[in-house]
Amino acid sequence: MSERKATVASRVGLHARPAAIFAEAAGELPLEVTISLDGEPAEDAMDASSILSLMGLGASHGDVVVLRADGDGAEEALESLAKILETDHDA
Amino acid sequence: MTKLTGVGVSPGRVIGPVLQMPGSAREPLQGETWGADTTAEAETVRLKAASKAVQAELKRRADAASKDASAVLEATAMMAADPMLLKSATKLIIAGTTAERAVWEAGSAVAEMLLSLGGYMAERTQDVHDVRARLVAELRGLPAPGIPTSDVPFILAAEDLAPADTATLDATKVLGLITSSGGPQSHTAILARALGLPAVVAAPGVEAIEAGTEVYVDGAAGSIITGPGDEERALAAKWVEQSAALGTFNGTGATADGHLVPLLANVGSGKDARAAAAAGAEGVGLLRTEFCFLDRETEPGPDEQAAAYREVFDAFPGSKVVVRTLDAGADKPLPFLTDATEPNPALGVRGYRTGSVSPGVLTRQLKAIARAAAESEAEVWVMAPMISTASEAQAFGEMCLAEGLNRPGVMVEVPSAALTSEAILQHVGFASLGTNDLTQYTMAADRQLGQLAVLNDSWQPAVLQLVKHTVAGAEAAAASTTTEKPVGVCGEAAADPALAVVLVGLGVQTLSMSARALPTVAAVLASVTRHEAQELAALALAATTAEQGRSMVRERLPILETLGQ
Repeated sequence: MSERKATVASRVGLHARPAAIFAEAAGELPLEVTISLDGEPAEDAMDASSILSLMGLGASHGDVVVLRADGDGAEEALESLAKILETDHDA
Repeated sequence: MTKLTGVGVSPGRVIGPVLQMPGSAREPLQGETWGADTTAEAETVRLKAASKAVQAELKRRADAASKDASAVLEATAMMAADPMLLKSATKLIIAGTTAERAVWEAGSAVAEMLLSLGGYMAERTQDVHDVRARLVAELRGLPAPGIPTSDVPFILAAEDLAPADTATLDATKVLGLITSSGGPQSHTAILARALGLPAVVAAPGVEAIEAGTEVYVDGAAGSIITGPGDEERALAAKWVEQSAALGTFNGTGATADGHLVPLLANVGSGKDARAAAAAGAEGVGLLRTEFCFLDRETEPGPDEQAAAYREVFDAFPGSKVVVRTLDAGADKPLPFLTDATEPNPALGVRGYRTGSVSPGVLTRQLKAIARAAAESEAEVWVMAPMISTASEAQAFGEMCLAEGLNRPGVMVEVPSAALTSEAILQHVGFASLGTNDLTQYTMAADRQLGQLAVLNDSWQPAVLQLVKHTVAGAEAAAASTTTEKPVGVCGEAAADPALAVVLVGLGVQTLSMSARALPTVAAVLASVTRHEAQELAALALAATTAEQGRSMVRERLPILETLGQ
């Protein structure tokens, strides 16, 4: 299991447009990626390709989230997704 | 041939086939299960196909929409194929529930979750409900909710239109609007007047007219006739002549005896402003700055705001442009400014009041207005919506002066502001009566409710009394400060030519309206002297009902019939 932490850069938090961009990218990967707030148990993690789950996560600007995935290329995949979270799409 | 009666809100006589606006999807019955003739797999396949189809349709709409609207639609399209939504619906299908009911319940669970998060997330529940309604309609093989499309021009029948529908209405295909609900101040009415479409609202029975039925609509009389005959055809043909004969506004509003009444336009964008200038408007009496903010998740930046205002100012060099600062809340929610969970949004934190919970937005807007004003040749006035007290007016006036905007004023739409206009106008330079909200608050009648259309009428003598009181207060303030304190009207009342005459008779100095109404209002105003307008105002004030006042005044304005109003 690969893990990567990322800080939400978007000023409005992880919803609407930033969530749409992230969920779309997660959905295009051949792996299943989960997302949870830092400090929450891994079994409560949600499907990162679901915009509704992301909105339900309620991650605000500055919150740290944990991305997890298994399998070939997991490290690179998480790295690319983390980059999206660390970009402010409203700027 | 049957006749339905409602409230005429935008004049004109047309004949055309009816198309019904599909209502929101009916809730699939609780406990609805798929039968022996199908399988869980087949139901799941149906759900996936519906999800793909709805996603594709929303994507197609996103591509066709403007940049801001497109972002919202893109997100909505993703919700239609959301893995979490489909997964929970599939679980329900496996347990025996139909695809329709499963997606309905899965959508409800998501909506509740978002609602519990409050604030911005709670606002998004309507997107989830919209997606759910589209999925259920798709599964049932019914048309998607929204304005129907057709190659043939048609008359649109609906319960009422929402602000969101107005963006997708193609005015070249819609001949007229008829609704079973909605009052004279509803969005349907405002849209119809802006587009110059004949419209009748609050006409019970509209919902039962079958698609394709030919109807005659008289937007002045408020009547709808199915299966029209020769008489109606002749009347519709005559309207074509009358509306052409009405011609254009010559650019100077005045009574028959030469008393000047500047006729201004209500605009919501640079495009509107250019159209209004071309229609002869003497300035802008109401610039609705919401256009810059709607469909936005965050506040637009100073450069973007200034550029948008500048576009409007540049359409009116040397003329007056009255800018209304952001009027969010109630029927115009903005995610970053308003709270959708208020129990009584019309009486809540809206208009000027949003400044108390989100300080800074107003100051930044005033700075952007001042910047655009400095770069343009327009004479820029600024007013705040929803002012209730003299101290609010004072605070707003000081904020404007601090930014170098030296013509501050207020909207008078709360009865308390009308009653204390003298005190308010000690602090600011002008007042503009917003008759739509002033009527709603005076009569305690929600402007969106069709059942209250009779109360929600700016002809109500109580509303006219408040107009009179506002003018008297302004005159007293002008005398004590030895400064002019003009009072204008920028509500829909100014576009009703008979009521416009009454308002002038009550001492209102400028009238601001949809640019389309300018020629008619100018023509009717020019048919009376100032003294006659005062006599008509006295009649309307003394009437016991709105209807009595309206008919007494209309009787004395024979030009209305000539113009087909």
